[in-house]
Amino acid sequence: MNVITANRLLDGEVVWLGDNGHWSETLQGAKVLESAEDVAEHMAIAKQAIADRFVVEAYEMAVKHEDGKLVPVRYREVIRAAGPTILPGLGKQAKPVAV
Amino acid sequence: MYRYDEFDHSFVNQRTEQFKDQVRRRIAGELTEDEFKPLRLMNGLYLQLHAYMLRVAIPYGTLNSRQMRKLAHIARTYDRSYGHFTTRQNIQFNWPKLEDTPAILEELAEVEMHAIQTSGNCIRNVTADHFAGAAADEIADPRPYAEILRQWSSLHPEFSFLPRKFKIAITGAPHDRAAVQVHDIGLQLTRNEAGEIGFVVFVGGGLGRTPMVGRKVRDFLPEEDILAYSEAILRVYNQYGRRDNKYKARIKILVHETGLEELKKDIEAEFEKIRYDVLRLPNEEVRRIEAYFAPPALEVLADTDPEFEERKASDPAFAQFAKNNLNPHRVPGHSSVTLSMKPIGGIPGDASDVQMDIIADLAKTYGHDEIRISHEQNVILPHVAIRDLPAIFDVLVEHNMAEGNAGLITDIIACPGMDYCALATARSIPVAQEISERFGKAERQAEIGELKIKISGCINACGHHHVGHIGILGLDKKGEEFYQVTLGGSADENTSVGQIVGRGFSSDKVVDAIETLVDTYIDLRQDKDETFLEAYRRVGEDPFKEALYGVG
Repeated sequence: MNVITANRLLDGEVVWLGDNGHWSETLQGAKVLESAEDVAEHMAIAKQAIADRFVVEAYEMAVKHEDGKLVPVRYREVIRAAGPTILPGLGKQAKPVAV
Repeated sequence: MYRYDEFDHSFVNQRTEQFKDQVRRRIAGELTEDEFKPLRLMNGLYLQLHAYMLRVAIPYGTLNSRQMRKLAHIARTYDRSYGHFTTRQNIQFNWPKLEDTPAILEELAEVEMHAIQTSGNCIRNVTADHFAGAAADEIADPRPYAEILRQWSSLHPEFSFLPRKFKIAITGAPHDRAAVQVHDIGLQLTRNEAGEIGFVVFVGGGLGRTPMVGRKVRDFLPEEDILAYSEAILRVYNQYGRRDNKYKARIKILVHETGLEELKKDIEAEFEKIRYDVLRLPNEEVRRIEAYFAPPALEVLADTDPEFEERKASDPAFAQFAKNNLNPHRVPGHSSVTLSMKPIGGIPGDASDVQMDIIADLAKTYGHDEIRISHEQNVILPHVAIRDLPAIFDVLVEHNMAEGNAGLITDIIACPGMDYCALATARSIPVAQEISERFGKAERQAEIGELKIKISGCINACGHHHVGHIGILGLDKKGEEFYQVTLGGSADENTSVGQIVGRGFSSDKVVDAIETLVDTYIDLRQDKDETFLEAYRRVGEDPFKEALYGVG
């Protein structure tokens, strides 16, 4: 189970590829990709978003479901999805919308 | 301190304009990310886990209050109201927007600062002893030479695309506070029998995945040859350094693979070719640069001060601060003061915009407008009258910079680790915070004495773990943070690389392991004056190993 993630070009914000080519600021908005074909198809969308100068450095990352929510498999991606663990007042974790 | 001349102003302004145009072209689609990335990195702009990160150079760790205020302003205006002082005496901003970076660089240029050569395979910011120009044990101020090296290495066309990055450090005192032996070139000021100034030269030191202590190539390099000799080293490295494997591309690998004697021959041969040419430093030029670093006119005062002594006697926190955070000054009645950026449980090296403004105020009011950043991620006021220390301390207490822990177990170096860094394999800062909390009581710290803990969140070793008396390296083991512990490292004049003590520890066990090591040391030390490092060097690793893992 994978999603595609990247950073937004203008401000570096971490984003995930959702439905219809939309880039979500929260992991919960990411489109879950089950097959290699799905991943390849959405990486092509991500590459177009790179060409369109919306995002940079797109890559796929593994996720799992936990308590009804999408959660990254790697701890690095957990931190990236939330913000620095040492400063809970900064990053996505500090925003009113749940991560 | 050094002031930009017309050439400096011109090249920094040109570069700022150039980068502004590059950002514009990137946003307009005239440059792809592949084309833009090396350009942004040449201007210190990285992309990290959460956002861009801008690394701003603080040449040899020296700045004035105007510059510090500008850093505070940048933190407040373009970032999240804080910055992070690094182990290379620079500052990093963790949240700038790409579209804001041209404006940030323009603001920096206004105060003679920039982010050039803080990334990329070029000669990086030259670092120096943070007590330079003030320390009682100093042979000469290393900063004029660091400045000369900065001018020579800035946009040096031959050395802008080296096999890998290249770091130079210089110290002016026999006691090395600049870690020169773990740099690509390490320079230690010395005098020959005739009393002339020169340098002991080390080459091929470095940390990272292959830590190596620099090898001495010259016992005495005359002052006038510093540029020609550096150029000779760089030229040999540029020609023979490996470009096929980035992990084997640093000069330390070249020294190791070629052999010191053969490489020395190459360096000396190149040096002979160029030493009498344009790079020979004219005496008057050295003296001209030196004049920029003329020490402030300090009044010779009594060695101590009644109010200072009285405060020490009545306030244990002040007494601890006075004991640990003052470095002997060459002018009686003065001291260099370490402002601790390591509050108990805090984030090593982080400073808020308010703290930066306060540091600037203190420097202006009490410190002859001089500020230093140490590679140990603290801030120094190098020239302070001892009689002013109580007043300074009160301000520091108010703003959480008064911990009297310089050189103690809670004065921890930690890289940003996986909380920020795209390369990291584990977090560093939370480990530092937990150690700081565990040992934070004043009595406990005092009982332990000098002990340098250094933590890196990956093998690249930005947290200098190899040269920690206790080093901690964070790794990823099957998706879990995992910490390897090394013992016996040191980055002073007796530099050594720490040795792995045994199998590593999970994140919930590593601080217990550190406590076991500390308690073992306290049990086996000969007396309170024998430091952790001295005890380790005397007894070796076995007692520590046994305490951690049991017999056998």
